[in-house]
Amino acid sequence: MSQLHDCRDAFSAALLELAQGDARVVALTNDSLSSSKLTSFSRLFPERLINLGIAEQNTVGIASGLANGGKIPFVCGASCFLTGRALEQIKVDLAYSRANVKVCGMSSGLAYGALGATHHSIEDMAWTRAIANMVVIVPADSIETAQAVYAAAAYEGPVFLRLSRMPVPDVHGRDYQFEIGRATWLRSGTDVTIVANGTMVSRALTAAHLLAQEGISAGVLNMATVRPIDQAAIVTAAERGPIITVEEHTIYGGLGSAVAEVVVTTRPTRMRLLGIPGVFAPTGSTQWLLEYFGLTAQNICEVARDLLRGDGHHG
Amino acid sequence: MSAITTATQADIQPSIDDLKAMAQVIRRHIITMIHAAQAGHPGGSLSAADIVTALYFRVMRLDPANPSWPDRDRFILSKGHACPVWYAALAERGFFDRSHLTTLRQLNSILQGHADMRKTPGVDMTVGSLGQGICAGLGMALAGKLHGKDYHVYVMIGDGEAQEGAVWEAAMAAPRWRLDNLTVIVDNNGIQNDAFTAEIMPVEPLADKWRAFRWNVIEIDGHRMEEIVPALESVKAIKGVPTVIIAKTIKGRGVSFMENVPAWHGAAPNDAQAQAALAEIAEGLR
Repeated sequence: MSQLHDCRDAFSAALLELAQGDARVVALTNDSLSSSKLTSFSRLFPERLINLGIAEQNTVGIASGLANGGKIPFVCGASCFLTGRALEQIKVDLAYSRANVKVCGMSSGLAYGALGATHHSIEDMAWTRAIANMVVIVPADSIETAQAVYAAAAYEGPVFLRLSRMPVPDVHGRDYQFEIGRATWLRSGTDVTIVANGTMVSRALTAAHLLAQEGISAGVLNMATVRPIDQAAIVTAAERGPIITVEEHTIYGGLGSAVAEVVVTTRPTRMRLLGIPGVFAPTGSTQWLLEYFGLTAQNICEVARDLLRGDGHHG
Repeated sequence: MSAITTATQADIQPSIDDLKAMAQVIRRHIITMIHAAQAGHPGGSLSAADIVTALYFRVMRLDPANPSWPDRDRFILSKGHACPVWYAALAERGFFDRSHLTTLRQLNSILQGHADMRKTPGVDMTVGSLGQGICAGLGMALAGKLHGKDYHVYVMIGDGEAQEGAVWEAAMAAPRWRLDNLTVIVDNNGIQNDAFTAEIMPVEPLADKWRAFRWNVIEIDGHRMEEIVPALESVKAIKGVPTVIIAKTIKGRGVSFMENVPAWHGAAPNDAQAQAALAEIAEGLR
């Protein structure tokens, strides 16, 4: 778990492989060729790389038209602008129209830490998962990212793929098989479950490892698909005990909310939601911001201890 | 009329007079539908009626029996609130039975308040939010180029709609790909929801704006079939650039008391008004 990977590399390699085998695959971008890691794609398939300049609404709208013409468009750009500026195109042209378009939000969450709140994308999960017909996927590592690209292409309909640029270790084995709508137990535990996705999964695993050393048995559930969400896995977790959700996103409407919606309507249990607590994040390096907001293994442990104390565990 | 009713056969070319007659049939449907629903947008539906008729009954390559035929020409009514004109044309062209027309806006109707491509046969793009149709049409045109297909994409926008920024993102992009298979038609009726466009937010000079974006610009009277048909038929011969047809139209055209009156943008006629309107339209048919 030590070697770190920028998941955009796995994304672009998978997209390239897809494009080699399927002429319907095209890539669109908004003047974000290099940050979307599409340089090789543009060299190999210049006519299938469509760069619309700094115009996200047009880019997503064109993607819907390309899908109408039989293409499988992957729209790639910084998640903050792609989802925010083009949200109505995502709603109407993609979701309501059930267009076969894959929106790939790069550098989401706090990945653009030092660029400030305009570039932070901490609402994109909430925005996209609120829209009917959308599939929302937040892969945890390079292996899952590549699989999610194939799964998105194989799925007929609109998908939002939320990627980071922060290097993360692989948490899945080479034999891992991602499936849309299925959460994965990366570690089983009996005292508490940590539900995480994206960049937070490896931190959840580290936390579970540290907690085990203190005699606390924490499960880790990777909720890579936020919509449709894996209700059965959440119910299983809730039956075992309290739940902590961890997301690189605002806690308003994201993963924590999605899990809580299931918990309160099926098997109520105590929860803690870790994420960005409804504020605009200040400028700072990504690592600094993650620490600032308590999105670290150490703080997950602290919250778990606190939660279990309230449950009557450990004195 | 006889040529029109069998116009689903590609070998029969309706005459200008046939098209004029069909436009009045479409206008009759528009009034009937909006009256039945007691809601809708008659003004912009009537201003578009002649152009939409020319597209569906003479210009476009279509197969009503196979609405998703990959080689079909595409039409997007980006000014989606005018969908009664679209529904009427699709029904008369044989995409679905005319009996659906009076179900406009009813629960479970195939004719939603704004056109839904997943519910209405022949509708190529879901519309309702202004400024989005050109972008989608551009994508369809680009897909046609990439696939080496020769279909043509027509997008109709309103003059008020040209206030939306995304229109100009698309206007900038289409010449970049030399999309000569894309034609935008501006239904320039000069009225938007609140009042006259020139009072709210002027969009003129439209022709200069599109020329500056490097489009082939054609200006016509959008109610003279003698100008509409040649303009629409000329665009396939234009190579290397997209075309915009700026059609001067009259909102509410064909119903005297609705003509050029902003209040008829989104109001339904009552029984007496509908009757008067239908009588005028019948008069125009003769």
